[in-house]
Amino acid sequence: MHVPDGFISAPVSVAAGVVAATGVAVSLRGARRELDERAAPLAGLVAAFIFAVQMLNFPVASGTSGHLLGGTLAAVLVGPFTAVLCMSVVLLMQGVFFADGGLTALGVNITVMGITTTLVGYGLFKVLVAALPRTRRSVSGAAFVGALVSVPAAACVFTLIYAVGGTTDVALAKVAGAMIGVHVLIGIGEALITAATVSSVLAVRPDLVHGARGLARTLELRDGALPTASAAPTAPAAPTASSTTQA
Amino acid sequence: MGAGHAHDLYRHADTPLHRLPPQCKLVAVLLFVLAVVATPRDRFWAFGVYALLLAAVAAVGRVPAGYVLRRVVVEIPFVVFAFALPFLASGPTVDVLGVDVSRDGLYGAWNILAKGTLGVVASILLAATTPLRDLLLGMERLRMPQLLVQIMQFMLRYSEVISGETGRMKVARESRGFQARDVRQLPVVAKSAGALFIRSYERGERVHLAMLSRGYTGTMPVVTDVRASAAQWGVSAALPAAAALACAVAWLAGA
Repeated sequence: MHVPDGFISAPVSVAAGVVAATGVAVSLRGARRELDERAAPLAGLVAAFIFAVQMLNFPVASGTSGHLLGGTLAAVLVGPFTAVLCMSVVLLMQGVFFADGGLTALGVNITVMGITTTLVGYGLFKVLVAALPRTRRSVSGAAFVGALVSVPAAACVFTLIYAVGGTTDVALAKVAGAMIGVHVLIGIGEALITAATVSSVLAVRPDLVHGARGLARTLELRDGALPTASAAPTAPAAPTASSTTQA
Repeated sequence: MGAGHAHDLYRHADTPLHRLPPQCKLVAVLLFVLAVVATPRDRFWAFGVYALLLAAVAAVGRVPAGYVLRRVVVEIPFVVFAFALPFLASGPTVDVLGVDVSRDGLYGAWNILAKGTLGVVASILLAATTPLRDLLLGMERLRMPQLLVQIMQFMLRYSEVISGETGRMKVARESRGFQARDVRQLPVVAKSAGALFIRSYERGERVHLAMLSRGYTGTMPVVTDVRASAAQWGVSAALPAAAALACAVAWLAGA
């Protein structure tokens, strides 16, 4: 979905650039709150992770493969502000250093793939987590729905930008149909892999999952008699490596 | 690690273009691409002028044409889209090689191909003549927020480490007989992604602690100062100025 130069008219590209810059500026503030002074190294490493995960292809149907966009995944794992920063940085890198996505279209790309996916995905995730019972399963379920909706939502925003500043005269209905149709399919893949990834991180390091912060039970102090040896206490963040593939 | 990774696109050489401060080149490329995008699509000669300008820049930077062409492949998905346009767009049709195609779609295809290609080539020339680290310093000089620049620095330094881990995990999966055939293999890929996230995050924590123990206070020390003189700004203004002139003439004079 990387938009090249010349696809969207110059004024609209500049306007999208302003939107993207505002979003990034807000996220810079928010990320300091999410990660305090660890923001730079952690957000940098998470951005590198997103970059690597986008290279991880998974099979969709016979012969074709898709890859993750990662907006919702990053938002659930490290928080929405850091996620917007990471996505923006990845897109900026791809635009400036790998010539993937035009420089003037950078604003459009960040608005569509960075900000929209994160906002929609994380917003929906938050609403669902608040509504559902506080279990791990509902956290991954909420991540599934968030990711599922975020990708077609990004396609909708792209179509909207195209309607305002598209440089070709393809009927809007055709563009909308093709974009949203294709991205509903991509969204399903994104949702499956996002939910599975979140649940696998939850199984090993639930404390790292930003979206599951409310899940951990507070440790309670027991007084006096030691528990019997057979009854193992249920510690909230016990690392259990059994259900992961630590290759 | 601190010495600036030579990345995919960079070509080492010592030319006037390589010596120009990164912030000048960044601004020049951005303004150039803006001028290209703002040009009306039916002024074909203007795009010829832009291509000649880029060719001149490539000649100064001694970037061979074959090298640039090999890198242009990132554009392919949109080229495919552009070729579909004449058949998708509505409006009056023209006859090309015996096939009725939309006139407007043809223009649209040309528009995307020309502007997209010029943009890609400009970015390739920028990346081919400027080391990554210098580009980041240039962005910092252009008042990009420090935190953002730091995040990019970390991402760049560690993207090879993380990609390396991804590669090793892939080898480990496949040497245990894993083959990604269809959706049923998705959980395995997802667990790899989860493990990768944990490894990346924990590495980030270790990096942060290592930085703290070396006196990190939230800002990175400035080791190399890349100041640009007025003369250097003047030299780098040549490309966008010429492009802006062509753009202005294209608007005023017509085809």
